[in-house]
Amino acid sequence: MSAHTDTHSHDSGHHDHDHDDGASHSTLRGYVTGFILSVILTAIPFWLVMGKVFDSSSTTAAVLLGFAAVQIVVHMVYFLHMNTRSEGGWNMLALVFTVVVVVIALSGSLWVMYHLNHNMMPMSVHDMKNMP
Amino acid sequence: MSDITAPSPLGAAGAPGTPHFYETKEHHVENGTLLGFWLYLMSDCLIFACLFAVYAVQGRSYAAGPSGADLFDLPLVALNTSMLLLSSITYGFAMLEMQRKRLRPTLAWLAVTGLLGAAFIGLELYEFAHLLHEGAGPQRSAFLSSFFTLVGTHGLHVTFGIIWLVTLMVQVSRHGLIAENRRRLMCLSMFWHFLDVVWIGVFTFVYLMGVLP
Repeated sequence: MSAHTDTHSHDSGHHDHDHDDGASHSTLRGYVTGFILSVILTAIPFWLVMGKVFDSSSTTAAVLLGFAAVQIVVHMVYFLHMNTRSEGGWNMLALVFTVVVVVIALSGSLWVMYHLNHNMMPMSVHDMKNMP
Repeated sequence: MSDITAPSPLGAAGAPGTPHFYETKEHHVENGTLLGFWLYLMSDCLIFACLFAVYAVQGRSYAAGPSGADLFDLPLVALNTSMLLLSSITYGFAMLEMQRKRLRPTLAWLAVTGLLGAAFIGLELYEFAHLLHEGAGPQRSAFLSSFFTLVGTHGLHVTFGIIWLVTLMVQVSRHGLIAENRRRLMCLSMFWHFLDVVWIGVFTFVYLMGVLP
């Protein structure tokens, strides 16, 4: 692939060919940067788990979620070309709304179901026998 | 509406403060398709959020059956993940070739993307067949039900993405890189990269966190 010749698209400013499709221009540099970042951000979590780096599961889980969040942002920016200007800001607005709903759904489900399990904790056979 | 200046009855053309009868700012985006497709992706995101929530609640309910640590083969998952990541970058290359209006390279990169996607699906089906063979089917426990639903839904999305990709390859080779085909390729690009984003959640939350003690 004729790789390193692609940085012209923003400099020369000829936008005659893409005025009809309305998407932001992607560049080779953007895709390669995103790919390298996401390879690193994928390899480290697999190494953390397969190499049993941390003793505590909760530490590993927290670090894994952190890496996943960063990698999702990397994909959004470099692969999905997310920014505050695309489609006049409506893309970002829809994304923010969706993220809010997703966070409420996930954290709410976990919160509610944790308390449900906690309060309806099934008793052991031993406890059942000693019921008043 | 403040962008429309009021017409003046005495307006002399060319003078300062000449009345304008057109809007000076754009009020709508030129092409609504990409925004509409983005909204579809966001609603798809909500579907996956529900499935992730189900897995988050049920993912440790093994019903005395096998757990994730017993079942998941992390090297296989790593291979699968690399397939999807590679297919993302090759689709990116296809988009770059599309911007340069080069038909053959675009089709070639699309074909590579499709093959990588097919490899992903093949590995996932192999994993599912292995689990079913071990008696760890979706009916075994709540953990496995939610696992198969979440990962299977993602796999179905990738499958339909491949069908869409093949369809677009036929369209592009017949009609060339016309504006319609470029719009379609951009929609599929968003779809494909979105599936990669969902897979980040799957391999982190289901596989890696599933094998933690």
